[in-house]
Amino acid sequence: MTTGDGLWQQIFTFDDYGELLVLVRNSLIAGAALGLIGGLVGVFVIRRDLPFAVHGISELSFAGASAALLLGTNIVAGSIAGSLIAAGTIGVFGSRARDGNSVIGTLMPFGLGLGVLFLALYKGRAANKFGILTGQIVAVDTPQTSWLLGTSAVVLVALAVMWRPLTFASADPEVAEARGVPVRALSFAFMVVLGLAVALSVQIVGALLVLTLVVTPAAAATRITVSPVLLPVLSVVFATVSIEGGILLALGGSIPISPYVTTISFAIYVVCRFAGSYRIRRRGARKTVSEPG
Amino acid sequence: MISLRDAALSYGERVVWSGLDLDVRPGEFLAVLGPNGSGKTSLVRALLGQRQLSAGTLTVLGRTPRKGSRHIGYIPQQTALPVHATLRARDLVRLGIDGHVFGPRPRTRTVRSRVNEALQSVGAAPYADVPVGLLSGGERQRVRIGQALATDPRILLCDEPLLSLDPHHQRAVTELVDARRRSHGTAVVFVTHEINPVLGLADRVLYLARGGHRVGTPGEVLTSAALSQLYGTQVDVVRVRDRIMVVGAPDEVVDPAHHPELPDGARS
Ligand SMILES: Nc1ncnc2c1ncn2[C@@H]1O[C@H](COP(=O)(O)OP(=O)(O)O)[C@@H](O)[C@H]1O
Ligand SMILES: [Mg+2]
Repeated sequence: MTTGDGLWQQIFTFDDYGELLVLVRNSLIAGAALGLIGGLVGVFVIRRDLPFAVHGISELSFAGASAALLLGTNIVAGSIAGSLIAAGTIGVFGSRARDGNSVIGTLMPFGLGLGVLFLALYKGRAANKFGILTGQIVAVDTPQTSWLLGTSAVVLVALAVMWRPLTFASADPEVAEARGVPVRALSFAFMVVLGLAVALSVQIVGALLVLTLVVTPAAAATRITVSPVLLPVLSVVFATVSIEGGILLALGGSIPISPYVTTISFAIYVVCRFAGSYRIRRRGARKTVSEPG
Repeated sequence: MISLRDAALSYGERVVWSGLDLDVRPGEFLAVLGPNGSGKTSLVRALLGQRQLSAGTLTVLGRTPRKGSRHIGYIPQQTALPVHATLRARDLVRLGIDGHVFGPRPRTRTVRSRVNEALQSVGAAPYADVPVGLLSGGERQRVRIGQALATDPRILLCDEPLLSLDPHHQRAVTELVDARRRSHGTAVVFVTHEINPVLGLADRVLYLARGGHRVGTPGEVLTSAALSQLYGTQVDVVRVRDRIMVVGAPDEVVDPAHHPELPDGARS
């Protein structure tokens, strides 16, 4: 009984909540930016079938972050460097999905191994190590927040510029190419954008759980809408709710933020999945009725 | 509209076709026939400016073809659309109109009405809001035609648009394409594996085969003598009522380098 209470208190405690809230203001701001970026990028991760690439990139991002930790330099910068190296490699060698997956499968353990090596050599606080893998709020201090926001802005502008051609190239590559869309260049450009988005997510949810921000919300949204406007909007809403909800809940407990974020994100997905299968059944019925001939 | 002079196309050593002379006039329906691997898709790629000739000249609408011309409508050889295709029929058509433009743009009423017109003209309006992934093969092909015609092209390139369609839907597709070239004078290059669906419509036929090619009216090209010469083996063209059967033609062009009889362990 008492151990049960103790466990519960570890997960949810809301004493001194107001004071804590001030402390995590930066985290909340970064979380909002991350929800926006993760939700938008996720739409193309789903459209281009890249969840595995996200995972691969996040492992190298982890290696970069732990190298930065070891060297005492900026962790966000290290994480971005690792991400970009991974994304660039996948973009260059894996333009086709099948090649891509083997390139990613090769990169991933290498990145993870490097990261483990750097962390083993690091003699500082254990919490820092743990944070890179499973996420933390305290990692987001003020200079890091400006890095996060600056990178988010770059990603946002890049996405706004290439949104439509990228949609075309993702959904219908042959016709897109015939209409003059630079399909290959866009594919590479998107990998870079994805690399940046992953590096940002690593800061809050940790390298192991990036998928929960960059894939799950968009996957949930595709379950319930096909509108090209609603899809990104819902994806962003889901990602933002997951991350901000996770931060607010984690504040009360003494465990890392990621289980809260992943749980909310997963719950949203499950709900959307059920709602979506109902919708598709209905649409299927309507379709057979209206089929001409 | 399209003009090829002594044109050849090759991938490295492998010459797919050569010595090709061809002119396509406005409103003409050219059927491109031939077995798998005879270079039909390669011809379409060349016309789109995606593949350079290895010899000879090609002009499309009076100039060397370059990518992205809105005067060319294109229906690609049916590959399964990505499984995760999250688009509706109307979105696919819309992308055909302005999907190549960078930067954010508002959704204008003109674009929307053009999309609706395009969908209506091919009879796809009833399923305009259905995700492309849920459409049947015939429905999807209608949407594809709508997409290709949405920019009012002067040339329409169709790469095996009849593949895996039943005869009823094959007829629907060929009739849509035929109606368009009659009403708008659109030149049509129609690649197909099956002769019969386009037999009554094609003005001329380009028949590609391993042993060369023939250009002419269906009556000139689709004869036992002409095809036997193309394939280098006895081929019989049999007419049964208004249908044609080609008997004895190999279904695939076999590249000597890939021939299974060669002891070639490195290739699989
Ligand atoms: N990108 C390529 N690289 C090398 N060879 C190719 C390429 N594309 C096609 N080929 C070869 O060119 C020949 C013609 O191919 P294709 O034009 O697709 O024929 P079809 O469309 O008539 O089936 C085939 O032997 C094919 O293997
Ligand atoms: Mg082909």
